[in-house]
Amino acid sequence: MQGPTFAAPRADAILLDFEGERRALAQYEAAGGWAQAKAATGRAFDEIVQELKDSGLRGRGGAGFPTGLKVSFIGKGDRFLVINADESEPGTFKDRELILRNPHALLEGCVILCNAIGAKATYIFIRGEYATEAEVLNAAIEESYAKGYLGKPLSGTSNAVDIYVHRGAGAYICGEETALLSALNGFRGQPTAKPPFPAVSGAWKSPTLLNNVETVATVPYILAMGAQTYQALRTEQTTGTRLMSLSGNVQRPGNYELPVTATYRDLIDGCGGGVAGGRTMKAFIPGGSSAPILMPDMLDTQIAVETTAAAGSMAGSGAVIVIDTRTCMVQFALRVADFYRHESCGKCTPCREGTRWMVELLKRVEAGEATMDEIDLLVELCDRIEGKCLCPLGDACAMPVRSYLKHFRAEFEAHIDAPACPAGPASPFGALYPSLRRTLPVVPA
Amino acid sequence: MSDSLHDAIQAEIAKYPDRRSAILAALRLAQAKYRWLSPEAFEEVSRCIDLPVAQCVAVASFYDMYFLEPVGEHVVEVCTNVSCALVGAADVVAAFEMELGCSLGSTSADGKVTLRPVECLGGCGWGPVVSIDHRYHEHFTADDVKPVVAGLRTSEGGH
Repeated sequence: MQGPTFAAPRADAILLDFEGERRALAQYEAAGGWAQAKAATGRAFDEIVQELKDSGLRGRGGAGFPTGLKVSFIGKGDRFLVINADESEPGTFKDRELILRNPHALLEGCVILCNAIGAKATYIFIRGEYATEAEVLNAAIEESYAKGYLGKPLSGTSNAVDIYVHRGAGAYICGEETALLSALNGFRGQPTAKPPFPAVSGAWKSPTLLNNVETVATVPYILAMGAQTYQALRTEQTTGTRLMSLSGNVQRPGNYELPVTATYRDLIDGCGGGVAGGRTMKAFIPGGSSAPILMPDMLDTQIAVETTAAAGSMAGSGAVIVIDTRTCMVQFALRVADFYRHESCGKCTPCREGTRWMVELLKRVEAGEATMDEIDLLVELCDRIEGKCLCPLGDACAMPVRSYLKHFRAEFEAHIDAPACPAGPASPFGALYPSLRRTLPVVPA
Repeated sequence: MSDSLHDAIQAEIAKYPDRRSAILAALRLAQAKYRWLSPEAFEEVSRCIDLPVAQCVAVASFYDMYFLEPVGEHVVEVCTNVSCALVGAADVVAAFEMELGCSLGSTSADGKVTLRPVECLGGCGWGPVVSIDHRYHEHFTADDVKPVVAGLRTSEGGH
């Protein structure tokens, strides 16, 4: 038992280019911190938007929307900046490390954006479980007030910025922007129909710019190096570096900041030292548990948004999960589907009912009670969920389950045919479902 | 009415353009005082925020971190999501069940410890992750269970 362990930075790291933590304001200033917020006060909204557009920065929360374009959409009126620190996509723990190690970069990014759009307040919506991280942010905020970076205007602007930490209370769906705003506004964290978009009507029905922690923390670095330099590190449609969360059956799990030109092999084998214990990779997930699974023959795919999409999955939140050959994919599917069933907010019928039925069907497959046509029924359920709800949570359940059925259909069929499990008792998921504790025999080699 | 809870909730309300936004913080503070969201806790939150009890319950019941039933003096939460499960979370759960003599989702007979399953806590590369009284412990193994439970059994409630 020990605390989080941080990987050493690569030479081309930007956001976390140092060892250990940089929580004290003086450390951040010594590294050049707050110079960009001060320099940016003289720049017009259009100039900052253009710089962000030129940088090619895309949102790091999961959707990958171009940041400059998003900022440009902000409506007129009393504006707010809201930071999405509700990091909850299984496999993702990079915003947490960023907050623990470089909290002032986030605060400086907030002030730059607030001054650009004329917002007087930022609310950092952080998931409730991140108690230590909320304390780290509050300590950094307190220091920034004492130093005059917050609460009064920087030289060259009349806009004073306040930053507040708003803690969530345990709900994955609050990572979805309209659900997050419902929760911030004091309601159940359920998504709402768009339009109106948050840029027009968000926090307290005001125009709201809502961005992920990593995205906003990157802004001071882009201004420091210039958009042209930042975007030089690029694939066709993605630029800069990404914090990649590496977990699962890998030798050295952790967060690694990599240029978007790197491949999943660079991350898993290069940074992570390959599969743990000398075992063999069965498959990997490139962008959090909602991303379709990829087979090892896709390891040379670049981690960028468009390259991962072309490989048949999505870069999502940059959370890579390595699965070795011991794992039973029926059990894995059940665990993933059960997560989304639990987190469905219940508002849209296809998601609320569909995720529940997906779990029920997968339990039957796992217990050896299903019939062959129930596999087709699972695929049909995916069809009936995808694209039919207000928010992507239902899709986030259907897409990966569909991909497991595509790549591992024989494994599902073996649970029905024999019935037997090709993985056997070594699968690390078996003991999680004691009510189903399996009596299935192992498929003979 | 407890003045300290009332004052703490008023300080939260002051952060927002609309007092209703302080509901999550108010519920968290009330739970810290009463250990769970008892009817009295809801009454107090309702008075402080000026929101009907039914609305407070509606919000609280949406989220995983509020306890709508009494819990033990300590709360142990084990992440059982995919990344932690791949590196042995099931063994940690089994060790806690054995040591506490209760199954996941229930409280030990002496009322000291509630064992809860939780979804991804955001420590995936440092798993298995266990949260004890809302504080994380990473790289948790089945061997850590015995001393941790012994410590919880002899200490006052902390969540």
